[in-house]
Amino acid sequence: MTKQAAPKSNRQRLHAVRVLRDRVFVTGFVLAIVIGILGLAALLFDVLIDGLPSLNWNFLSNYASRKAEQSGILAPLAGTVWIVGMTALMTIPIGVGTAIYLEEFASKSRFNRIIELNIANLAGVPSVIYGLLGLAVFVQFLFNGSRNVTAGALTMTLLILPIVVIASQEAIKAVPSSYRDAAYAMGANKWQVVKAVVLPQALPGMMSGIILALSRAIGESAPILIISSLVWVTFVPTSPDSKFTVLPLQIFTWISQPQHAFRGIAAAGIIVLLVVLLSMNGVAIWIRSKYQSRPEQ
Amino acid sequence: MAITSEIESNQALLARVARRRRRQHVEQNVVTWLLRTAALISILTTVGIVIILVAQSAGFFAEVSVWEFLTGTEWAPLFSPQKFGVLSLVGGTLLVASIAGVVSLTLGLGAAIFLSEYAPERLRRVLKPILEVLAGIPTVVYGYFALTFVTPILQSIFGQDQVIVFNALSAGLVMGLMIMPMVSTLSEDAMVAVPRSLRDAAYALGATRFEVSTKVVIPAALSGIVASFILGVSRAVGETMIVKIAAGATPNLTLNPLESIQAMTAYIVQVSLGETPQGSLEYKTIFAVGLLLFVMTLAMNIVGRWVISRFRQQYD
Repeated sequence: MTKQAAPKSNRQRLHAVRVLRDRVFVTGFVLAIVIGILGLAALLFDVLIDGLPSLNWNFLSNYASRKAEQSGILAPLAGTVWIVGMTALMTIPIGVGTAIYLEEFASKSRFNRIIELNIANLAGVPSVIYGLLGLAVFVQFLFNGSRNVTAGALTMTLLILPIVVIASQEAIKAVPSSYRDAAYAMGANKWQVVKAVVLPQALPGMMSGIILALSRAIGESAPILIISSLVWVTFVPTSPDSKFTVLPLQIFTWISQPQHAFRGIAAAGIIVLLVVLLSMNGVAIWIRSKYQSRPEQ
Repeated sequence: MAITSEIESNQALLARVARRRRRQHVEQNVVTWLLRTAALISILTTVGIVIILVAQSAGFFAEVSVWEFLTGTEWAPLFSPQKFGVLSLVGGTLLVASIAGVVSLTLGLGAAIFLSEYAPERLRRVLKPILEVLAGIPTVVYGYFALTFVTPILQSIFGQDQVIVFNALSAGLVMGLMIMPMVSTLSEDAMVAVPRSLRDAAYALGATRFEVSTKVVIPAALSGIVASFILGVSRAVGETMIVKIAAGATPNLTLNPLESIQAMTAYIVQVSLGETPQGSLEYKTIFAVGLLLFVMTLAMNIVGRWVISRFRQQYD
C-alpha cells in the first residue's frame, strides 16, 4: 500500500515543481516586457520633467543663443524641414523606382540578385559611415568644402534609400497577382500594368514605409554631425546651398554644453523632436490600418 | 466610293492603333531604362563607400603600418608622440556592445517568448506597438537619457567615486534598451513560424508552457534568435550618439564598465567636430577607423543573414 503511494506522490511533487518552474519563468518573461516599458516610461518622464519648464513660444521662435534662457530652436527646426523636404523629393522617386524595377521588371538574373543583396547590406551600414561618404563625396568633392543643405539631404537620401526600397518592395509584393493577370489579359503592357494596377494598390503600404523612413532621417544625427560640423547656426536656411543645423544636432550641442542650464533646453528640444516623430509614426500606422483591409486573394 | 472610304478609314484606324502601340512600347522602354538607373544608385552607393574608405585610408596606411594600427593598444593621434593602436577604440566599442547585447538578448528573448507563447492575442496587439516605440526614438535622446538619468542612478548604486560621469555601463544599458525591440521582433517572428503541430505534440505529452517554449519552440527557432542577436550587436557596434554623449572620449582598453572609454564611432564624430585640417594624418584616421567599423558590421550582418538562411528549418 505505502509502496504504491510513494511513487505517486513523487510524481505529484515533480509535477508541482514543473508547474512552479513554469510560473516562475513566465514571471521572468513578463518582467522583460515590463522593464522595456518602464524604460520607455522613465525616458519620457525624464525628458518631460527636464524640458517642460523651458518649452514656450519663445523657445520655438528664437534662434540659438549663448544664454540658455534665450535659446530657441527656430534655425534647427527650419533646417530639419529643409533636409526632410529635399530628402523626400530625392528618395521617393529613386526608392519607389528601384522597388518597381526589382519586383516587376527585373528578371531573376544574377545581377538583380546582387542588387537585392547589396540593398540588404546597405541597410546595415552604420549611419556614421554615410556621414564619411557624404563628407568626402558631397561636401568636399561636389560642393568644394561647402557644408550646405544639399550635401546633408543627399547623404540622408542614401541613408534611408534601402529602407524605402525594402518597404516599397513589401507593398508591391502584397498586390495579388490576379490583378496583374487581369490587366495583362486586356492587352496592357508591363508599364501600363504597373501604372494603373500595381502602384495604386501598393500606394498606402509605400506611403507608410516612406513616412517611417523620413522619420528616421529626422532623428538621425551622426551623419549630419559629420557633414555640418557648424553648431551655432543663427539663421534659417534660405536656399539649397545655405549652411544649416537640424533638431537632433542642436540637441546634441546643448547636451554637450558644460552649463547645467542647457540641459533643460536640450530636453525641451527633445520634446519637440519626439512630438514630430510620434505624430509621423501615428500617421504611418493610421495609413497602414486604414488600407490594410486586403482584397481577397 | 463608299467602300473605298470605309477601307481608308479602316486603314487610318489601324495606323493610329499601330502608332499608339509604338508609342507605348517606346514609353515602356524609357521607363525600364529609368527604373534600372534608379536601381543602380544603390550599387553606386556601396562602391562609393568602399572607394572613399579605402582611398582615404590608403594615405593613412602609407604612414602607419597596418600591423601597428591593428595590434597597438594606445590611441593618441592628436598628441605627440602620436599613437595609432586602434585596439583601445575597438575595445571600447566591444565593451559597450557586449553590455548592450546581454541586455537586449535577455529582455528581447524574454519578451519574444511571452508574446509568442503566453500572451493572448489582444494583449500582444497592445504590447508590441509600445515596445516598437522604443525602436523609433532617436539615438540622441537615448544619449540624453543615459547621461541624465541612468548615470546618476549608477552613481548612487556603486558610489560617486567609482562611477565616472561618462562610463561604458550607462551607454551599454541604454543601448540594450534601444536594441531590445529589434531582437524581440526578429526572435518572435522566428518563433511564430514554428508550426502549431510541434507544440501540440509536446502539450499532448503533458509538457508545461515553459517546457514547450524551451524544449520545442526555442530549439526550432534558434537560427532566427541567433541571427537577431548578431544583427542587434552589429547595430550596437555602429551606434554613434549614445556612446558619444554618455560613454566618454578616453581611449581606454579596459574590462571595467564603470570607466570612461571611447568607441570607434565616437572618435570619428569627435574628429569631424574639431578643427582638424583636411588631408592631415589625423583627418585620415577617421576613414581608417571607419573602414574597420564598416568591415566589422558588414561581417556581422552577412553572418547574421547566413545563419537565418542556412539553418532555417523548413516546415510544410
